[in-house]
Amino acid sequence: MSGLLINLDNSFRERLWKNLVIAIPYLWLLLFFLTPFLIVLKISLADPIIAQPPYTPFFQETVDGSFSIYATFDNFLYLFQDSLYFVTYLSSVKLAFISTFFALIIGYPIAYGIARSPQPTRNILLLMIVIPFWISFLLRVYAWMGILKTKGLLNGFLLWIGIIDQPLELLYTDTAVYIGMIYSYLPFMILPLYANLEKLDIRLLEAASDLGAKRWQVFKDVTLPLSLPGIIAGCLLVFIPSIGEYVIPALLGGADTLMIGRVLFDEFFLNRDWPVASAVAIVLVLLLVLPIVYFQKRQSQENMQNSSQAVT
Amino acid sequence: MLNKRSKFIFSMLCFGFAFLYIPIALVMIYSFNDSKLVTIWGGWTLKWYVELFNNENILNAALLSFRIAAITATFATIFGTMAGLILARLKQFRGRMLFTGMIASPLVMPEVITGLSLLLLFVSLQDLIGWPSQRGMNTITIAHITFSMAYVAVIIQSRLTEINESLEEAAMDLGAKPARVIWDITLPIIFPAMISGWLLSFTLSLDDLVISSFVSGPGSTTLPMLIFSKVRLGVAPDINALATIMIVIVTIGVCIAAAIINKKNKN
Repeated sequence: MSGLLINLDNSFRERLWKNLVIAIPYLWLLLFFLTPFLIVLKISLADPIIAQPPYTPFFQETVDGSFSIYATFDNFLYLFQDSLYFVTYLSSVKLAFISTFFALIIGYPIAYGIARSPQPTRNILLLMIVIPFWISFLLRVYAWMGILKTKGLLNGFLLWIGIIDQPLELLYTDTAVYIGMIYSYLPFMILPLYANLEKLDIRLLEAASDLGAKRWQVFKDVTLPLSLPGIIAGCLLVFIPSIGEYVIPALLGGADTLMIGRVLFDEFFLNRDWPVASAVAIVLVLLLVLPIVYFQKRQSQENMQNSSQAVT
Repeated sequence: MLNKRSKFIFSMLCFGFAFLYIPIALVMIYSFNDSKLVTIWGGWTLKWYVELFNNENILNAALLSFRIAAITATFATIFGTMAGLILARLKQFRGRMLFTGMIASPLVMPEVITGLSLLLLFVSLQDLIGWPSQRGMNTITIAHITFSMAYVAVIIQSRLTEINESLEEAAMDLGAKPARVIWDITLPIIFPAMISGWLLSFTLSLDDLVISSFVSGPGSTTLPMLIFSKVRLGVAPDINALATIMIVIVTIGVCIAAAIINKKNKN
């Protein structure tokens, strides 16, 4: 009898522990991730006013003491009416898309080269891809400012070897933003590609060339299709953070470089229009929902595959 | 002899690594440049380093950033490990879908949105319950823990799906209670992953500019915020010196970590 009681007590304590382990991170994320997001949604439906905080309350007390909800779609309508926002969203997508494309073109041969290197070299090359990833993003972007300046190192070099006779305007242009984006996100492209290409069964390539396929055909018909999951993962890892990027356009871009992260930042800090900034954020999330959900679905599928491989 | 394809791959590798490392190398070289014109070489000097260590603003900002990063990394590792354990080992509980979503979303959420939403939360909380009475180190740390723990959770989860559950099951079959199993079997196995998680959180927190800018208050300027406000105006030689120090520390750290992992794998 008493043994049963101890047992019950134990299982109660076990359950308590288990629930505690679930509850702590769960509550933290509910409070500091989900709630903030709902607040953004709420404020995007408010009117800006000159007050502290600078927006109309969601619940408003009416004369008879009951509460009514005040919500307006004005901010969203404003986003669609003012062509600046529409153009900025489009231009962010374009910048992110082109940067992703070039990161893929540059990253694929590098990932391939690393995956095909003999072992000691391979680890060192991989380490050299990982190191920039740990170095401050801000400092890596900053490094390009000295290179791209009108009187900077690149222009100095090009003038010296005589390719140009007038210094090029590079810093504070879209070109500089592209260079910064490709540079900053290249490791994000290379690592998933490498992880995929490393697993590629070399016998398949040998079989294809034994059967008479030319090198280009082997690549096009075997390597490329098999590495598609790596390509998709790399592209999403570059594309998704590029769209909302703030630091790169702020440091390397010109006044006419339109990126939505920057517009949101300015809308908030310079114009102090919190409701419009919130609406900009909500639309940006909607824009990203599709690629994000797609990415997560792929990731969980891959996790399932890996765990089933681990079992077998 | 290299064939045509190997030549192409080899030149791409050279180009790629040059692209990745030349900007970093140039910043390091020009941190020793004895010339007021930042991009014109005027001989070697250490004066920017001396200036850096006499600059109280930079030292204070660095100290604040290191404190925030250390606290962030510790809490993010604890919470993230819990979250990773839940994701990898508890296949069913109420609200699992929501939990998975909340762990995965901070990883892909644009920083401007995370920053904006947390600031709006802090403003609303202050309105409702009077806390936080002032934004600064506390609010920055909370914000950093929130996004860092998601990274730790993913690292722990993927480590746990790699290792076999049979060890844990064996201990359980022999009568060990779940808490005991986690403490004696699971945690020692994932300990290296927890260390990587701690280091990653520390770095993420130390590097963060955008989220900190949103949730900081007057008088709490982190190192990236200080660097950003300075380099917005153009290239600065003392920032080159600061960058060089940080790059050297990170590179040594990563190489040591890689050497340890390599040695372990060989054993």
